[in-house]
Amino acid sequence: MDSNLIEVKNLKKYYNSRIGPVKAVDNVNLEIKKGETFGIVGESGCGKTTLMKSILQLIKPTSGEIIFEEIDICQIDKKELRRLRKIMGFVSQDPHASLNPRMTVFDTLSRPLKIHKITRSKEDTIIKIVTLLKEMGLQTEHLIRFPHELSGGQKQRIGIARALAVHPEIIFLDEPTSALDVSVQTKILKLLEKAKKDFDLTYFYISHNINLIKVISDRIGVMYLGKIVEIGRTDIIYNNPKHPYTKGLFKSIPNPDPDKKIEKIYLKGEVPSPVNTPTGCNFRRRCDHASKICEEEEPELKKLDDGREVACHLY
Amino acid sequence: MATDINEIRNEIKSLKQKKNSQLSLVWLRFKKNKLSVIGLIIIAIIFFTALLAPVLTPYNPYQIDMTNRLSSPSSSNLLGTDALGRDVLTRLIYGSRIAMLIGVLIVLFEGFIGIIFGIISGFFGGLPDKIIMRLVDILRSFPVIVLAIAIAGILGQGLFNVVIAIGIVGWTTYTRMVRSKILVIKESEYVENARAIGESTFSIVLRYVIPNAIPTAIVMVCIMMPTALIASATLSYLGLGVQPPLADWGSIISSGRNYMLEAPWISTSAGFFIMFTVLGFNFIGDGLRDALDPTIKRN
Repeated sequence: MDSNLIEVKNLKKYYNSRIGPVKAVDNVNLEIKKGETFGIVGESGCGKTTLMKSILQLIKPTSGEIIFEEIDICQIDKKELRRLRKIMGFVSQDPHASLNPRMTVFDTLSRPLKIHKITRSKEDTIIKIVTLLKEMGLQTEHLIRFPHELSGGQKQRIGIARALAVHPEIIFLDEPTSALDVSVQTKILKLLEKAKKDFDLTYFYISHNINLIKVISDRIGVMYLGKIVEIGRTDIIYNNPKHPYTKGLFKSIPNPDPDKKIEKIYLKGEVPSPVNTPTGCNFRRRCDHASKICEEEEPELKKLDDGREVACHLY
Repeated sequence: MATDINEIRNEIKSLKQKKNSQLSLVWLRFKKNKLSVIGLIIIAIIFFTALLAPVLTPYNPYQIDMTNRLSSPSSSNLLGTDALGRDVLTRLIYGSRIAMLIGVLIVLFEGFIGIIFGIISGFFGGLPDKIIMRLVDILRSFPVIVLAIAIAGILGQGLFNVVIAIGIVGWTTYTRMVRSKILVIKESEYVENARAIGESTFSIVLRYVIPNAIPTAIVMVCIMMPTALIASATLSYLGLGVQPPLADWGSIISSGRNYMLEAPWISTSAGFFIMFTVLGFNFIGDGLRDALDPTIKRN
């Protein structure tokens, strides 16, 4: 549980635009520990997905290092990258868009097996896929279906099955349940939980659903405008958020009690454009505690006594 | 292993039998569009009469009969005769052979070049994309028919020269369509997922990009076919198409032009033949576009 599986160091991903670089991911540092579920929360557009895709090498990062097995995977060649693809699984957000509309479920699932030479014969492949399908709660009849002949939940199961087929060590989940009904969401989450136990997996899970992240992850990182503002154990951060943004974010979760009035909007203003980020602290214009130092100096992640790290001049 | 391989195989086999094949689904969707079915019937009639021409008509399309020139439509000559006493219907039917042949050859020629360039340009981008697209821009900036006339004029008459003259501009339409389709596919999540499971570029093009671009290409062929037919008819009308003794719709219109007042049936009937063929292909293209989209459900 304690050894680091992946270390991300000073990761940056800037996109060029006419008015200057868009800082989608700006100087992110984090570790993913073996066997944990690491969650990233943040609003839309804060760079969660870019961060994930950069780690997966689906997007080439502008700079920074991603250390896996003591190697910087940003520098590896094609052959090694292919080996890495077997170790790192990926489940994307939209289950429908993530499946090739011209491939049957069988074809979709047999591709990773063929690429990584997991099964030796056609019989092997069939048995493997049927077993996998059953584990996912699907039947043999689904094998010959095309994506448009499946429901959203079924499609996401196929997406997860495709990631699991090659026995990866870590799976990157990009809001895998956000496109699904609540009842289906629960089933998919249960399935993921079971798969984690069965296959000894590590999860990197991103979501804007704070309640969900709270339940499933061991550690979380809170992202704001391309930066990690607070990172640490879920229970510690959840019970006592330190960063003003984390506080605001957690307080903005709607309370299901109808008698309780919504007292206050905790996050005032809008997220600034990632092109023209404010000087000093990114969050200062929306922060009640902003002082002069926040304008002048960018806060670094500082380790607190309880083990979490927070990027704020208050601490 | 708890599951038995033969059992699974049998199950898959029986499932496949029960399930409609993709092709039959395409047909089911296609035949819902009445206009497309009419289009298909028109093209089928033209295709089979062209194929069975010698059986269907008692006349020889080249047989000159000066005693029977410019006779109006009658029971013996359904669409009358032309200035040299040849049966117009017979010439039109033989003409459809050439029209179909030229149409298919043009579409194959320009489709092949256009689709390959479209894939290269769309998928790989960069310099090849820039070169191909600028070439497309240059070719498209010429008036198509004027350029075709110039090329046909340089190469001279003949079937293959017509194909080249029209195809040299025609491929650009395919390239543009296929390129734009591939740009969409390339950025799609399923291609990203394919990369995430370690698919090679070649495999992505072969298994993900091409199968998803094929429907666009098929529809393109059906829509470009009438354009090709009209262009080739135009060339022969201007005397740059196939050589004169051969019956061709364009040359029939041209030869009837001088007798427009005495024998209007010559040019008009050829014009109607062209019109119906073009309509037929357009109707088919429309229906295919809907039928080939897998996301449109059966009911």
